[in-house]
Amino acid sequence: MVDIRSDASEAIPPSEVEDVELYHPKSWWTKYVFSQDAKIIAIQYSMTATAIGMVALVLSWLMRLQLGFPGTFDFIDADHYYQFITMHGMIMVIYLLTALFLGGFGNYLIPLMVGARDMVFPYANMLSYWLYLLAVLVLAAGFFAPGGPTGAGWTLYPPQAILSGTPGGKDWGILLMLFSLILFIIGFTMGGLNYVVTVLQGRARGMTLMRMPLTIWGIFTATVMALLAFPALFVAAVMMLFDRLLGTSFFMPAIVEMGEQLQQGGGSPILFQHLFWFFGHPEVYIVALPAFGIVSDLISTHARKNIFGYRMMVWAIVIIGALSFIVWAHHMYVSGMNPKFGFFFATTTLIIAVPTAIKVYNWVLTLWRGDIHLSLPMLFALAFIVTFVNGGLTGLFLGNVVVDVPLSDTMFVVAHFHMVMGVAPILVIFGAIYHWYPKVTGRMLNEAMGQIHFWVTFLGAYLIFFPMHYLGLLGIPRRYHELGETAFIPESAHTLNAFISVMALTVGAAQILFLFNLVWSLKKGREAGGNPWRATTLEWQTPQTPPAHGNWGKELPIVYRWAYDYSVPGAAEDFIPQNQPGLGGPTREAAS
Amino acid sequence: MAVVLILVFVAVGSVVFHLFSPWWWTPIASNWNYIDNTIIITFWITGFVFVAVVLFVAYCVFRFRHRPGNRAAYEPENKKLEVWLASVTSIGVAAMLAPGLFVWHQFVTVPPGTTEVEVVGQQWLWSFRLPGADGKLGTSNTRAIGDGNALGVNPDDANGLDDLIIEGGELHLPVGKPVKMLLRSVDVLHDFYVPEFRAKMDMIPGMETYFWFTPTRTGTFEVLCAELCGTGHPQMRGTVVVDNEADYQTWLQEQQTFTQLLAARQEQTTIASSTSSSK
Repeated sequence: MVDIRSDASEAIPPSEVEDVELYHPKSWWTKYVFSQDAKIIAIQYSMTATAIGMVALVLSWLMRLQLGFPGTFDFIDADHYYQFITMHGMIMVIYLLTALFLGGFGNYLIPLMVGARDMVFPYANMLSYWLYLLAVLVLAAGFFAPGGPTGAGWTLYPPQAILSGTPGGKDWGILLMLFSLILFIIGFTMGGLNYVVTVLQGRARGMTLMRMPLTIWGIFTATVMALLAFPALFVAAVMMLFDRLLGTSFFMPAIVEMGEQLQQGGGSPILFQHLFWFFGHPEVYIVALPAFGIVSDLISTHARKNIFGYRMMVWAIVIIGALSFIVWAHHMYVSGMNPKFGFFFATTTLIIAVPTAIKVYNWVLTLWRGDIHLSLPMLFALAFIVTFVNGGLTGLFLGNVVVDVPLSDTMFVVAHFHMVMGVAPILVIFGAIYHWYPKVTGRMLNEAMGQIHFWVTFLGAYLIFFPMHYLGLLGIPRRYHELGETAFIPESAHTLNAFISVMALTVGAAQILFLFNLVWSLKKGREAGGNPWRATTLEWQTPQTPPAHGNWGKELPIVYRWAYDYSVPGAAEDFIPQNQPGLGGPTREAAS
Repeated sequence: MAVVLILVFVAVGSVVFHLFSPWWWTPIASNWNYIDNTIIITFWITGFVFVAVVLFVAYCVFRFRHRPGNRAAYEPENKKLEVWLASVTSIGVAAMLAPGLFVWHQFVTVPPGTTEVEVVGQQWLWSFRLPGADGKLGTSNTRAIGDGNALGVNPDDANGLDDLIIEGGELHLPVGKPVKMLLRSVDVLHDFYVPEFRAKMDMIPGMETYFWFTPTRTGTFEVLCAELCGTGHPQMRGTVVVDNEADYQTWLQEQQTFTQLLAARQEQTTIASSTSSSK
């Protein structure tokens, strides 16, 4: 690839680019509410995701109260319990994690980190948020609808999802869920196209693809995946709506429901499962890849060392993204699909372990011979490594088809996916918020509150989910509202369940402290300055903090180097910003 | 320093928990101890990797933590190390996948001479059907379900007339004989799950699924549903009793055939309709 410095000739147009395309707000409403500024949209996305995420957190408390102390809380009956798990799962996966990583971090960081003034299509970007908000409201309306929200489990498997034995199946619950998903996907598509096009078309001069920070690589790849995967869910949702409202039979075979022959027939429930997981598995990586990218940058910045094996890291992200489209049926080993599929899907699934392991090695090798500052972002990054490695390794149990047979549908699965796509990515989100909050607000988050939040969250979450694997190994099935009298379940399992519930309440409480910190530090936090972490990437080099609309003032940045020039031998400082031309030390072209 | 100690504690504590955990799988009652062995292999490999990575991180934090005047090394890539790590990982993954696929091959290959037993799931009840004297199960159809024919056995299929029908009762199986469980549902998804047998499989309305196993010890085992099937999901329980051959034959004699069942229902209906004509 061409070194940008070599063609710094008259052929290059002046770097002062007039920002005529940007819509400049004329009133408070267009500045803060119907805003077309990606940074405001990012904050809107983040606040909405956090709000609905708090609902999901409270739901998890209610579930844990029931599991830990069955029979104590009369209002949590079976119907409510299944509604809680369904809404908890769907909110966390789609409306919190996907929305926060892509709509929140994507919107804030993509234009700033690639050196653009804004997203390429600001108006569509604004619509994306408002559709997302509408989707969240429709989803939440389920709590107030007759019959309550759907209790079909977040996987929404038909035929039960639209039959009367499931809460919300014949009421409003399932309809609102499906409508909400459809709205979410439409909104996401508008945002997602923006993220992809902005990365491909909106980069500052000199910002070659192989100079982009891994955060952008992660978000970019995840967005491409989401644009390809969400349509499968869209189609499945529309078909299920037809089955439920119009009496079609996409997913409905001949069924006798509670003694009564239904009219529908000839459809395939397992077809839905394939569509769902064709979306659902990439979804795991849609959440994981931004986390991979962000944590790479947190580790590099706070260890004052270049990320180890940058090119390998980029390729690993791309390969994981591609492979994740041909592993979906590992969620369906015991679904009754042709068992011969097991050979193929077990093999592809375990192959993914290799690029994933390479990423882990490169993170820990970045620490090696680093200058590790144990700041809050670094602590969260370390905790991410521990929980992600733990959760990733248990994935090797479940991905290996025959091992999955006894463990499938048990608490082992619950423990696994919470560790790997719940705890680990959320630890990255926290690390990222501690890292970028100073850029967003101009102030640092309070360190003492952050330390308490970190230790309670990390150790508490580990104590919740690590022992939970063993309940699954014992054979305790998931999605049981009560275990009742079951011969093979010893009394000690109930004690462990109570312990897990107490830890869950504790970890949840720590999140309230975190939210308090976010608000408190807005006014009382220490002044951060423009680049408190002495980081290299472009977002820390803006003329103002927080960055103004248009990000860069009059002149767009020019990029001279990759994102990881930390501790370059001979350089005066232990970091060289990407937009700093050759200086005091050798520079490196990752892609040359 | 606290960070280092806690990381070491997490690694060591996890191993100690694993070794002393009172929560472990139920004593096996089928031939699938191969599965248990594969799990053990996987535990060893993954446990080693987990401890190695976490301890390495702890060492890095200890050795390379920030002190005034420190400066990190500058080493963007190390091709040799990266290739070596990728290779070792591939070998470890293959070491888990190979036995896994080998056992999976056994799992999906039903040995010849296996007896077939049908399990029918409905909200929220287990029913069973065994072949009669002809050793064959008759065909079935969800549309045939109606009065006296809860499982939808095809009344026009001679093979089905002597089938033994157990509605919502216990299933008995002879010890030591391989059995193929044919799984069917008449309403929603269910999953036939006996933890001691290790095997499980979803049941799907509109199609038939299966798994096979050989019961290896006598005893009474609880059947659970392992696929969320509505409000009554946790209450959907059943019982499988593994008998020795003599007990099994005794039990078999006591079961009703499809023909007997239909005749009995016919009688009941006649009595019912003669007492009240409002049906």
